[in-house]
Amino acid sequence: MDLYEHQARELFEEHGILVPRAEVTDSPKQAREIARRLGGRVVVKAQVKTGGRGKAGGVKLAADPAAAEITARQILGMDIKGHTVGTVMLAQPVDIESEFYVSYVLDRAAGRFLAIASAEGGMEIEEVAAKRPEAVARVHIDPAEGVTSAKAAEIAETAGLPPQTVDVLVRLWEVLVREDAVLVEVNPLVRTEQGRILALDGKVTLDDNARFRQARWGTQGVAHDDPLEAAAVAKGLNYVKLDGEVGIIGNGAGLVMSTLDVVAGCGARPANFLDIGGGASAQIMADGLSVILSDPAVKSVFVNVFGGITACDAVADGIVRALDTVRLTKPLVVRLDGNNAARGRAVLDEHAHPLVQQVTTMDGAARRAAQLATTA
Amino acid sequence: MAIYLTKESKVLVQGMTGGEGMKHTRRMLAAGTNVVGGVNPRKAGQTVDFDVPQGLEGLGGTPMTVPVFGSVREGIEATGADVTVVFVPPAFAKAAVLEATDAGIGLAVVITEGIPVHDSVAFTTHARAKGTRVVGPNCPGLITPGQSNAGIIPDDITRPGRIGLVSKSGTLTYQLMYELRDIGFSTCVGIGGDPVVGTSHIDCLAAFQDDPDTELVVLIGEIGGDAEERAAAYIKEHVTKPVVGYIAGFTAPEGKTMGHAGAIVSGSSGTARAKREALEAAGVSVGSTPTETAKLVLARLDDQRQATP
Repeated sequence: MDLYEHQARELFEEHGILVPRAEVTDSPKQAREIARRLGGRVVVKAQVKTGGRGKAGGVKLAADPAAAEITARQILGMDIKGHTVGTVMLAQPVDIESEFYVSYVLDRAAGRFLAIASAEGGMEIEEVAAKRPEAVARVHIDPAEGVTSAKAAEIAETAGLPPQTVDVLVRLWEVLVREDAVLVEVNPLVRTEQGRILALDGKVTLDDNARFRQARWGTQGVAHDDPLEAAAVAKGLNYVKLDGEVGIIGNGAGLVMSTLDVVAGCGARPANFLDIGGGASAQIMADGLSVILSDPAVKSVFVNVFGGITACDAVADGIVRALDTVRLTKPLVVRLDGNNAARGRAVLDEHAHPLVQQVTTMDGAARRAAQLATTA
Repeated sequence: MAIYLTKESKVLVQGMTGGEGMKHTRRMLAAGTNVVGGVNPRKAGQTVDFDVPQGLEGLGGTPMTVPVFGSVREGIEATGADVTVVFVPPAFAKAAVLEATDAGIGLAVVITEGIPVHDSVAFTTHARAKGTRVVGPNCPGLITPGQSNAGIIPDDITRPGRIGLVSKSGTLTYQLMYELRDIGFSTCVGIGGDPVVGTSHIDCLAAFQDDPDTELVVLIGEIGGDAEERAAAYIKEHVTKPVVGYIAGFTAPEGKTMGHAGAIVSGSSGTARAKREALEAAGVSVGSTPTETAKLVLARLDDQRQATP
């Protein structure tokens, strides 16, 4: 889960990293109040979970409280790369002497975290890395040791950061570990004209798998742009809304992704990704079908199950029971293979719903579902 | 022969007495796996009786009584176990793997899904330092058909043969095993769909290259990270056996996690297209569907057999 800038800022502050004074609001009138409290002159920043806010006009300086209200009104409701701005953060401006970049990211290949740091902050780090790779330091962190002062000093020295940043590097590592983050980034980290080190902007991505021990985030901040996605997640389904016309249900993330691709290869567009996981119950099948059938874009549904742990007869029973609770108005193509496939196919044959048809191969079933969707 | 797992492997099950542990220990026993014990500190000294699962009577399964040990160390001391299969819940998985590693186990197969990545980083790093191979987490395990099954891969969808398989996805592993059931497999390894896993495609490619019983390798990847690109570079340099590939996730949009914690396209990195191109540039035949991939395997095997009189 990505955090908003203001949430990342709060975490930094909790862990003793200096940040500019700031407040968040969704109201232009309050923006004026906040600007007055912060001393008049403020930076108004759109709160969206995407980069490139500045270029899109989502970050602006306001000279006084009246200007802050006008600016907030302009930015609120803006669309930045498909994200609608719901809140703005107003922050005290800072006199910047120099800007740096620091982050801890997961290096999947090495199976450990990597510190990335550069004395050239403020711009896209990828650009710096591409043009002048020697300007970007990359230092692996041993998980058993973490970032001690000595390690932080090594990172700072390799990157050419001033010694005052060592303390920030240690605290930022604490944010990563204590909050179960998979990414923490400060860009820019600045030195003010008074010599203070401040995190001016930050990005934090939390590990969804760690929710059980990071309860305070709960489901807050989980953005579901789509109401169907929100409904599916509420039912515990592994669902992603896409923009096509063939609804897809399968078991196992790999097989479902593969099913999407095969359907796309047949000239139709997948309407969603829905993984019922292992050991699918009738209830999960019914929930899944109801979510997909309530998507008006869906013209046909393809159920693709390779029974491993999941038994195909249980899936078939689930479909039959789902059809009692969900009124089927769109054709359903089912392919069952693997564990108990023969029994599963027999269950569906016996039920003989006029809109349900079985095809025995994955490729054949994909073709059929694609054809039904594009000719509907 | 096979890689990592043979009929000689002695298998412990951490979390055997839980629901999933019981179900899958029964299946492993029915597949002929030499399960020598379970581990549960609260049930040390007890035994568990496993009946033969319905429908599996003919597959070599016999009723078995399996002892429960208080720790992995006790299990190893009493039985000479060299493999552990971990079914404990995410919150306790790190401790379970560290315990097994410190007890000197050779192979830890971590089935558990949903382990925090900081925990996976900690136990895979520790295991590497101690010389323990970790397969997983969030994986279906590995199977050497006809010999041993450590994990949750169904054993009755294929048979022993000469194809090696390494895959990030469980169900795609099953799909390919089934499609190629007439040829059969030396070993199938599900390495798991998390961003950090203990055993990589490259580790398996190296092992299959050295395994005289493996004639061809099937490599299944999916979006996210660059493991497939690195595997392609490795194949170019080190693998002389034919490799057939399949990549899932061409239609996945940027920024959305597709089921597996590691399956996400971020910016321009981790796309299926880049992975496919890298593999093809390394001489790997890549199928566009699982069925087509199976056909490519058959064609490559034919070429191979014609080339070697």
